[in-house]
Amino acid sequence: MAAIPTSHYIMLSAALFAVGVLGVLIRRNAIVIFLAIELMLNAVNLAFVAMARHMGPVATKMGGATGLVDAMQGQVFVIFVLAVAGAEVAVGLAIIVALFRHKRTLDVDEVNLMKW
Amino acid sequence: MERVAWLIILAPLAGVLLNGLLGRRLGKRLVGVIACSAIFVAFIAAALCFRHLVQLDADERALHVPGFVWLPVGALQVSFGILLDPLSVVMALVVTGVGLLIHIYSIGYMAHDENYSRYFTWLNLFTASMLLLVLADSFLVLFVGWELVALCSYLLIGFWFERKSAAAAGNKAFMVNRVGDVGFLVGLLLIFATFGTFDYSGVFASAGAKLQVGGPIVTAITLLLFIGATGKSAQIPLYVWLPDAMEGPTPVSALIHAATMVTAGVYMVARCSILYAMAPVSMTVVAYVGAATALFAASIGLVQNDIKRVLAYSTISQIGYMFLACGVGAFAVGIFHLMTHAFFKALLFLCAGSVIHSLHDEMDIRRMGGLRSRMPVTYGTFVIGSLAISGIIPLAGFCSKDQILWHALADGNAAYWAVAALAAGMTAFYMFRLVFKTFWGESRVDRDLEPHVHESPSVMTLPLVGLAILSVIGGWVSFPLVARGDFFGHFLDPTFAPALAIIQGEVAAEHVGLAKELVMSLIALGIAASGIVLAYLAYVREPGVAAGFARGLPRLYRLVLDKYRVDETYARLFVQPGHAAAQGLWRGLDVSIIDGAVNGVAWIVGRMADGLRLLHTGYVRSYALAMAMGVVAILLYMLYS
Repeated sequence: MAAIPTSHYIMLSAALFAVGVLGVLIRRNAIVIFLAIELMLNAVNLAFVAMARHMGPVATKMGGATGLVDAMQGQVFVIFVLAVAGAEVAVGLAIIVALFRHKRTLDVDEVNLMKW
Repeated sequence: MERVAWLIILAPLAGVLLNGLLGRRLGKRLVGVIACSAIFVAFIAAALCFRHLVQLDADERALHVPGFVWLPVGALQVSFGILLDPLSVVMALVVTGVGLLIHIYSIGYMAHDENYSRYFTWLNLFTASMLLLVLADSFLVLFVGWELVALCSYLLIGFWFERKSAAAAGNKAFMVNRVGDVGFLVGLLLIFATFGTFDYSGVFASAGAKLQVGGPIVTAITLLLFIGATGKSAQIPLYVWLPDAMEGPTPVSALIHAATMVTAGVYMVARCSILYAMAPVSMTVVAYVGAATALFAASIGLVQNDIKRVLAYSTISQIGYMFLACGVGAFAVGIFHLMTHAFFKALLFLCAGSVIHSLHDEMDIRRMGGLRSRMPVTYGTFVIGSLAISGIIPLAGFCSKDQILWHALADGNAAYWAVAALAAGMTAFYMFRLVFKTFWGESRVDRDLEPHVHESPSVMTLPLVGLAILSVIGGWVSFPLVARGDFFGHFLDPTFAPALAIIQGEVAAEHVGLAKELVMSLIALGIAASGIVLAYLAYVREPGVAAGFARGLPRLYRLVLDKYRVDETYARLFVQPGHAAAQGLWRGLDVSIIDGAVNGVAWIVGRMADGLRLLHTGYVRSYALAMAMGVVAILLYMLYS
């Protein structure tokens, strides 16, 4: 079985990212916008992991022995992104709950107090 | 002697500080005592300096008391010091002596004024400034004193500044003075350019070396300085402020506008006698202006109805005499007349103040009359002053005026004498017109004021008596026609000797006999006496005559009464164009351009803000769209550049 070319992964990631952007711009429901943001984050995760495997085996020293291991940078960065996404969701949902308590609606178009 | 000399100036300054800072809290009595004591101390100090000088030989009578270096700026080293020589000591004695009597008088005159301490503060400041002016040892220090007295004059003329006319008069005095000061400053600069120093010692010692007699530079310097003198001493063409200055309290008029400040110009010309002696053209100008002013002002004084205005024009006229004397080279005689004039003019003003005070600020002589029985001391001293100013022997005015007339003829020409004699006749006439209209005849005083007319308190009448005594004996230090009777002139000899040497080098000294001098004196006395007699006839014997004259020549009468409309002419020529220019500049430059630029910047910012605020839609999705577009733009940039 031939490996899936990395470009396929990148294209998928780009498509997912684009869908996420469109979601943020078009949808009115605050929670759906949040979903779209998560989608963007995960698309980026996919791109990282794909690029990590694309970079191929690298000579690494581990506890005295030398061997060939896949590059780790991409994977580690994905862990970071996941952690940040989690924190962001916590804060964002808290904001949405507070907003709902005030305005009794999740429609972001109603949140226009900063209008001139 | 150094410390004593400085005390002359510092004592009044101490009075200024005490009364100025603590006056309100000290109470009227103490304020008056402080002010008068300060001047008294200065007078004693001046007297001590005088005594010291008298004991020295004639050659050594110039003591330089160095002070401190004021402006060391490279080549220019300006120092602040005192010069004690006969001229400055005489001036200091006059200022402090007459000033002391006027301060004492003021205690009575201003007793009911609530701004008592402010009055005495400014009066002391004025005295200190005037003393600084006369005791200075350099032109720059003279100029400091010059400007300070102008400031004090403004402050005191406008003392009752709630009155619009007083405030305007103060402004007018200061501004007209300023115009003269332009000439003075340019003259000072020219002196510095020529001599490299402002000190009298430096300038006068090297005058012969650096300037040529009759040359353009010395003529320019002296003429420019004289322009300043015409402003300060109220001569043609800058005399217009003095009559208006009568808005101030009468003691102020006596001190500043009769005895001292207005004589600063004469003092300056006398101090620069060497320079003037080297510039015959300037001397002629000085003499012409003096003579013309003497006659001109006397003619205006003939018809004025405000007692203080008559005295003001009289002052202008008498200062003209002083300049006439200096202009023909008789500097000592000019200073002598300055001294005697200080005595009798201050006396006349203070008497007028006494009358005004008891009539509750009535100044129009048409509403006076018959006061001689009600105010005997004032009347008696006023008559003495009038006799003195008219030049009746043996009073002070005769001694000085006679010498001026004589020198005008002997050192000048017959025309000077004729003008001066005519003015003397007018002087006698208008002074006794005042006497007769104010003190004689039936009372034309307002009905309500009549019963309250009384003699002034002794704090006011004692200075009157003092000045009257001085007006009688003050001239005896230089009695004309008496051989070796000129103590005053001999005392001032060292100051004026260099100038006289230059003048006599030019003009062959005429040996004129005593007989001719006696004859001229008698003629002058006759003219003065006839002036008095004419006034008596016109105002006592036939009271309708004067009014008849006025009706018969209405145009001429109106012209002279309106002071020849000089003020109105100046207004049309200078004041209104000045106003118009100021308005134009204000509207065209300040409001349109400068304010426009600043407001314009604000307006632009406002319009930009109006446009940019439309970006704040409050619409979250539009913000998100903006961010997305930004990202796309950056991407494109990075991909394709």
